[in-house]
Amino acid sequence: MTAGAYSFVIPAGEPWIHEIQNGQHFRIVDLHGNQAVDTLFYNAHDYADRYSAQDTIRRQRNIYLTTGTQLMSTGGNVLLTIVADTCGRHDTLGGACANESNMVRYAIEKRFMHACRSSFLKAVTEWDHGMSKRDITCNINFFMNVPVTSDGKLTFEDGISEPGKYVEMRAEMDVLALISNCPQLNNPCNAYNPTPVQVTIW
Amino acid sequence: MSHTSVLWEETVQPAASWSHVLKRGTLLRITDIEGGANAGALFYNFECPVERYNMPDTLKAQHIARLTSGLVLYSDMGRILCSVVEDTVGWHDPLGGCSNAAMVRAQYGEGAYQQLRNDYYRNGHDSFLVELGKWGLGPRDLAPNVNFFSRVDVGADGAMTWHEGNSPAGSYVELRAEMNVLTVLHTCPHPLDPSPEYRPKPVSLSIRHAPPVAADDPCRLSRPENGRGFTLTERYFL
Repeated sequence: MTAGAYSFVIPAGEPWIHEIQNGQHFRIVDLHGNQAVDTLFYNAHDYADRYSAQDTIRRQRNIYLTTGTQLMSTGGNVLLTIVADTCGRHDTLGGACANESNMVRYAIEKRFMHACRSSFLKAVTEWDHGMSKRDITCNINFFMNVPVTSDGKLTFEDGISEPGKYVEMRAEMDVLALISNCPQLNNPCNAYNPTPVQVTIW
Repeated sequence: MSHTSVLWEETVQPAASWSHVLKRGTLLRITDIEGGANAGALFYNFECPVERYNMPDTLKAQHIARLTSGLVLYSDMGRILCSVVEDTVGWHDPLGGCSNAAMVRAQYGEGAYQQLRNDYYRNGHDSFLVELGKWGLGPRDLAPNVNFFSRVDVGADGAMTWHEGNSPAGSYVELRAEMNVLTVLHTCPHPLDPSPEYRPKPVSLSIRHAPPVAADDPCRLSRPENGRGFTLTERYFL
């Protein structure tokens, strides 16, 4: 990292939206360990061309994201490449929590609880530029461990991240990054304790 | 499930696309006529298409990475778009996505309409966009898709492997629409099918009225999450 880098600590449960220029590096630090960082990326010049979980995992023929993973867009472009990863594995199948999915997964009475897709919606609405719910697609969960078994089951395993672990990407084009620092209180993946994360761009 | 009369049947030719608003309470049976078909599929709430099939919500609500009978397809709004009420295959792929023009060119070579007429090499991405465009939808409405009749295995290290021979001739899967569901299909090859030869297969479609969803419907009872999903879907129509 160099002096003058942009750095920001995203509090638990808050969204963050920011542009990253082609060639810049983008690091996310899991300050307290096992925090889900729900993340979406868009081509900064065409938001319809956005992160695609299926294109990303199919291109590398592996469901886990780590060093070397090229984060692909729906238009077939490489948005960013993961260039460093001290955690070792990140999920892109588990998606983001929502009021509605919490009702299905946990209890109908859980609707009121703050959720990632509410943060995503708030952030894109404030960002404006015509973005809306149509642009909230299936995301990356940095620092989350969601294995698939040989008999086709999806499991939610204990986290493999720790305080200070980080993932670092290099932007391969101008991108818009959108994060929801996950507020989930119903899931043991974060020990029921959402915590802040740090983002740095240089 | 097979006692109501067929409303109509049609064939989706190899590498063709199709779309239709499946009405709540109808059944769509998709049959792999020759074996080895791939039917890429996307689903939307026709009344509000910004509500659409959500791969992660479908997987995590049911703790699955494959689709078969007894499971349901969730929208991003906690509602059930379709239930999988019958399936002779046992495994349909929710992970592999669709091909695009560059991938098809790299794998199979040039296959332009001018030379091949309607045997030209179509791809899943463009097929979805063309079919979505007919309903006023576009690239912002693309989402992770289902691939019926295809299977991708995931190893302990996360590696994704194509499973050859997943669907014999005559295999079928039957969906019951639980909402008015804009259903978009294509029959382009699966993007992980390693065949060097472009060999798309047809599927046949059969549409019927479904009996009412019973209190003991297997999809409703397969998980407590799905019980809540049916409740939330029923509330939408109250």
